[in-house]
Amino acid sequence: MNRTKAFTIPYTIWMALFVVAPIIMIVVYAFSGADGGFTLANFASMGDYTVVFIRSFRLALIATVICLVIGYPVAYLLSREGPRFQRLATVLIMLPMWMNFLLRTYAWMAILEKNGLINQFLGLFGIGPFQMIDTQGAVVLGMVYNYLPFMILPIYSVIIKLDHSLVEAAHDLGANSVVTFLRVILPLSLPGVLSGITMVFVPSVSTFAISTMLGGGTELLLGDLIEQQFLGGAYNPQLGAAIAMVMMVIVVLCMLVMNRFGEGEEQAVVL
Amino acid sequence: MSKELIRLSDCVVKFDDEIVLDHLNLYINDKEFLTLLGPSGCGKTTTLRIIGGFQRPTSGDVFFAGRRCNDLPPYKRQVNTVFQKYALFTHLNIFENVAFGLRIAKVPEAEITRRVEEALELVNLPGYGKRSASSLSGGQQQRVAIARAIVNRPQVLLLDEPLAALDLKLRKDMQVELKRIQREVGITFVYVTHDQEEALTMSDTVVVMDKGNIQQIGTPEDIYNEPKNAFVADFIGESNIIDGIMLEDKVVKMYGKKFPCLDAGFAPNEPVDVVVRPEDIDIVSPEEGQIVGTVTEVTFKGMHYDIIVDFNGFKWLIQTTDYSPEGARIGVKIDPDGFHIMKKSQYSGQFGDYSSYSAAYDELNEDAETEADDE
Repeated sequence: MNRTKAFTIPYTIWMALFVVAPIIMIVVYAFSGADGGFTLANFASMGDYTVVFIRSFRLALIATVICLVIGYPVAYLLSREGPRFQRLATVLIMLPMWMNFLLRTYAWMAILEKNGLINQFLGLFGIGPFQMIDTQGAVVLGMVYNYLPFMILPIYSVIIKLDHSLVEAAHDLGANSVVTFLRVILPLSLPGVLSGITMVFVPSVSTFAISTMLGGGTELLLGDLIEQQFLGGAYNPQLGAAIAMVMMVIVVLCMLVMNRFGEGEEQAVVL
Repeated sequence: MSKELIRLSDCVVKFDDEIVLDHLNLYINDKEFLTLLGPSGCGKTTTLRIIGGFQRPTSGDVFFAGRRCNDLPPYKRQVNTVFQKYALFTHLNIFENVAFGLRIAKVPEAEITRRVEEALELVNLPGYGKRSASSLSGGQQQRVAIARAIVNRPQVLLLDEPLAALDLKLRKDMQVELKRIQREVGITFVYVTHDQEEALTMSDTVVVMDKGNIQQIGTPEDIYNEPKNAFVADFIGESNIIDGIMLEDKVVKMYGKKFPCLDAGFAPNEPVDVVVRPEDIDIVSPEEGQIVGTVTEVTFKGMHYDIIVDFNGFKWLIQTTDYSPEGARIGVKIDPDGFHIMKKSQYSGQFGDYSSYSAAYDELNEDAETEADDE
């Protein structure tokens, strides 16, 4: 083994211990009964949770679409600004991420509550109060708020690297700004879009803190369900592992299908 | 070749306070191969970008076929550009790259297929349509870029140092190729380069630029044989430029000696710059020589030797097939048609002395030029 390869040893050990081993444990647990023997019972009972699966994927999908709709224009317009503004804006976009995830979500609770900031403000004009917290909308809002930077940054970093002469070439060949965007900039920024979608969708679909805090815990998401199996009253780690495994398989399948669209481009990151 | 197609009238371009183009006036004829030649930063690329519509002049007007087109965006101009770094669309295959302009113009599908195939044939890449841009070599990518521009049948093709990124052999082949393409499609080519050899090989008209000004416009022969000032003489090929005095018509004095020449029309005793091309100098024995000097450096160049000769402290470059060893005393003879006399200009005294000449230094310079040249 040569010297440079030696530097990869720590990471290889890290990956083996904390990524590969847990996945193997999940698979083993998923196929085990409470007595430790092999069984498919965990998967057989999965049907009971179809509603939760559908709800989780639906909310994650909505959040991802909203992030894309907001994030792409932000990334695109940002890339056309001066370098100083770009630096400042990038810092501002990342700034919330330096704060603890739970704190940020607590802040939204304070804003959305029945006696929260928004309702108090609307109350001054005699409007409301509205039920905002403990709704699916609040959960989606929490997802969008927390994961939007993960959509903006990969798209931005792809667009900023596009050679400006490609845009000039398109203009030169008769394309106005709209056509240039649709036929050149958008297709060339697709790898960034795919990365962004992955980086928003995957954490959204498996989140549990957001739904507990903003969703009121009444409408379970997959993350909550899995958490309950391991830590909650419904203690059943085998079932939790099985749910986690099914979710992982679905997510990987989604990503594979999506990467098909970007074939020929640089591959977007999977997970 | 007589009809005027493009006219730049009194064009000024300023970036902040830096003047890039200084009251430039230029007209370009239909079906002409015109080259803008100059060192980096001379304004040649800016001139091209004005014609392409990518740069608006700070003041002055641009006319296309007699119509003012300052405000016409690039996508509405009858002009196509071949970019220095090809600028091919990597998400499209070669066929779709070439078809890009035609699709936007909503040309019928059957005609697109026919015209794209014709264009690929014209640039010697038949059957490459299905390939991806990144699978082609630099030279092939540049041909695709040319096909992509030409397929739209523009009236003018703008080429921004299209061969700069290619190696020497390929560059020579492409020069011939470009000239052939220009003849075949019969449209105006406006070509930007800092390579004087490229300019001389391909052009009908050469425009030599420096510091945002046009220094000289003419045929390649004119520019080479009758440079207007020391800058042009030095930039187009090698030149020895010596201070002289025009005693009377056809007699020039330098080194205190009279030399017969063919130039006339100067005031009596007018100080002038005398240009002697390195290849117009014959080496003879010291007794026969018009002037006598000492060889200080000899470089083998393949076809000839570059020798540096010290004449009273002013060093000349002489290109000769006869070998003279370092330190030899030699005489030189120059025929009357070997002299070219120029009026004094702002460039006098800056060029044409080979005292600091060194072959290695020359090459370094050339590399730096290629890299730094993106104005």
